[in-house]
Amino acid sequence: MHRRTARAALLVGGVALFAASCGGDDDDDSAKDAGASGSGDPVTIEWWHIQNNDPGLSLWEDIAAEFEDEHPNVTIKITVYENEAFKTAIEPRLQAGEPPDLFQSWGGGELTAQVDADLVQDITDDVDPWVDTLNEAAVKTYQVEDRQYGIPFDLGMVGFWYNKDLFAQAGIDEPPATWDELLEDVQTLKDAGITPIALGEGDKWPGMFWWAYLALRLGGPEALLEAGETGSFDTEPFIQAGEHLADLIALKPFQAGHMAAVWDGAGGQAATIATEDAAFHLMGQWAPGTQQANSPDGEGLGDKLGWFPFPEVDGGEGAPTDGFGGSNGFAVGRDAPPEAVEFLEYISSRDVADRWGKSNSGILPVVIGSEESVTDPALQEVLAARGEATFMQLYLDQAYSPELGEVVNDAVEQLYAGQASPEDVAQTITDAAGG
Amino acid sequence: MPPAADAPNRAAVPLDHVDRPPAGLGPDVAQSAGAPRPGHAGRGPVGPVWQKRLTIAAFLLPALTLYVLLALVPLIQGAFYSTYDWNGLEPLENFVGLQNYRDALADPMFLGALRHVFVIAALSLALQLPFALGLAVLLNRRMRGRALFRLLFFLPFVLSDVIAAIVWRLLLQPSGLADSTLEAVGFGGIVQLWLADQKVVLYTVFVVVSWKYFGFHMILLLAGIQQIPHELEEAAALDGASRAQTFRYVTLPLLGPTIRISVFLSIIGSLQLFDLVWVLTGGGPVGASHTTVTYMLERGFERKQFGYGSAVAVIGFFVSFVVALAYQRMVLRRDVRGALTAMGA
Repeated sequence: MHRRTARAALLVGGVALFAASCGGDDDDDSAKDAGASGSGDPVTIEWWHIQNNDPGLSLWEDIAAEFEDEHPNVTIKITVYENEAFKTAIEPRLQAGEPPDLFQSWGGGELTAQVDADLVQDITDDVDPWVDTLNEAAVKTYQVEDRQYGIPFDLGMVGFWYNKDLFAQAGIDEPPATWDELLEDVQTLKDAGITPIALGEGDKWPGMFWWAYLALRLGGPEALLEAGETGSFDTEPFIQAGEHLADLIALKPFQAGHMAAVWDGAGGQAATIATEDAAFHLMGQWAPGTQQANSPDGEGLGDKLGWFPFPEVDGGEGAPTDGFGGSNGFAVGRDAPPEAVEFLEYISSRDVADRWGKSNSGILPVVIGSEESVTDPALQEVLAARGEATFMQLYLDQAYSPELGEVVNDAVEQLYAGQASPEDVAQTITDAAGG
Repeated sequence: MPPAADAPNRAAVPLDHVDRPPAGLGPDVAQSAGAPRPGHAGRGPVGPVWQKRLTIAAFLLPALTLYVLLALVPLIQGAFYSTYDWNGLEPLENFVGLQNYRDALADPMFLGALRHVFVIAALSLALQLPFALGLAVLLNRRMRGRALFRLLFFLPFVLSDVIAAIVWRLLLQPSGLADSTLEAVGFGGIVQLWLADQKVVLYTVFVVVSWKYFGFHMILLLAGIQQIPHELEEAAALDGASRAQTFRYVTLPLLGPTIRISVFLSIIGSLQLFDLVWVLTGGGPVGASHTTVTYMLERGFERKQFGYGSAVAVIGFFVSFVVALAYQRMVLRRDVRGALTAMGA
């Protein structure tokens, strides 16, 4: 009887221990909920960002530490993810209805979906005193129906980053100003034994940039806006964009294995450029930072790096000053304390923006006047183009619903694989968009 | 025959049949039948039957709870969500019935994913299994360093799928270590774009999967071989059988149950293949290496079509379920039957 009792007790104890260990950690939540607007109570701000490489990584840590010094009752808990990993990691939090207090957002369609699901806070009134110190186009990206749900810290444009040395080696004096010149330069580079273009089509969205820019050049802003509303992508500009892109693909300008290459990682697009294995690529303003992180010495291309805007396309309706790009910013979670918005104000201060500009990592600050802090010549060119932009089209997988964005990425991937014609691509997207 | 004529037959049955408990059950049944027996009276407030059942329930509880919570409930939820068109954030309003299933079965990429998992299963059975068996036979013999070889071959299995995939992804880069090694030994001609070529990528995945799991199957089969009594092999040798004949007529048949288990694990593992493929190729390029699970994640999760993803998951579950059930009934039945009759009286 003794042994049996002992064994039973052990069993019950084991089950109880097991049940207790499954209790989960609600500690953080209770601390957050307790933090009402009283400035004395300890407050934790949960902050998710995607600047997973230096200088951005350290810069954000410093900024958070400074804010904590100014506000002793505030603790900022930082969680960093790589771009793609972030998209996966945020999903369970959103679905559980427990968004982080501040989290990376590109605005556009995703933010709209989050607003509809009541996951983000309307901060229009809280930011009203200082929001006009920021670039208007960037701020608009984080508005849904004229209400503000997030604050940008970066606004950039996608353009061509090129290796000046490799261009010179091939005998190209000036970057191409028209699409036809670009195709010629590609051939010139190939003849000189240099891989012309780096592309990380494994991630799919780098390839989408080419198609979207061509559509923008060929159809102009109206074509993209209309397609977004009607869902009809089987119109001339989009089909022609596919045809122009198919011409480029036919030249075989990409590095070996581009269909499986990622943007940021071993053997990826950034690494290929950083190791000077390809001459140029189409990427957003964060390219220099990622290239540095993917280079053997951590320095990147340094002075050899140049920038030129997407060329004109013959017969196109769009202006060469139309831009394709987007913002990085932070959305404010529904349950975030007021201190979170105060932190956003601190991030949007001139001083912090200047430090970002000086870091020359590709984050182009949006605080008006902070553009001068950017010293890197290539980034200055991006800033100049941004300043002159007559229109800014948000990345398609952000401008449209996440679902449609993925369909666009997948459809264009098939074009790169030679498995779909330009008409097929346009049709697939139209079918998914319900147009 | 008038029915009344049957009654006398029944009355002729001796009455003590009723009192004797059926063979195989213990004294508990007699207890509950009410007939008191010496030595079993007054067991305490909870009778032995209930004590036994309580013990069983208590031991089952943790595993059962986990199983219900983590396997059954999600399955039922998944089946429920699969009838909706849902982006995960909006309220569940868009009921579409079986449309998601129709869409999935009409999508060439999903059908391709199904085909891929069966191809990998078939290749595993055709190539990986004989290879593992051969190694098991070899490593059963006495040789120097035998333990070391067993350890080395088993080691890939111990690595996490994710780490293995990351490492292989680095090795298989164009002009990476794999390519350089092949060129160094003169096989430069067979170098392909292992991960980027759609025609090749599935076989690359198969090679990596085999590298990861052949050690496990080898150990499994080795254990099976070691259970075969030596006397049988000696007897065969005495009768003049060659090594090959001994293997074919003695070892292999007695390895039957182990091989059948190995095949089963291989098939089910292939059907559920995920981590390795997701990190190695993401299912790409253009879905050329999709498995049912990677496809489900890409379409359901990344595209935020949770209803559609759930439908894919349910279809995947059914495929696995049918395969497992069919295999158990048709192939494993005789092994299980043997065990039962050996365990009884």
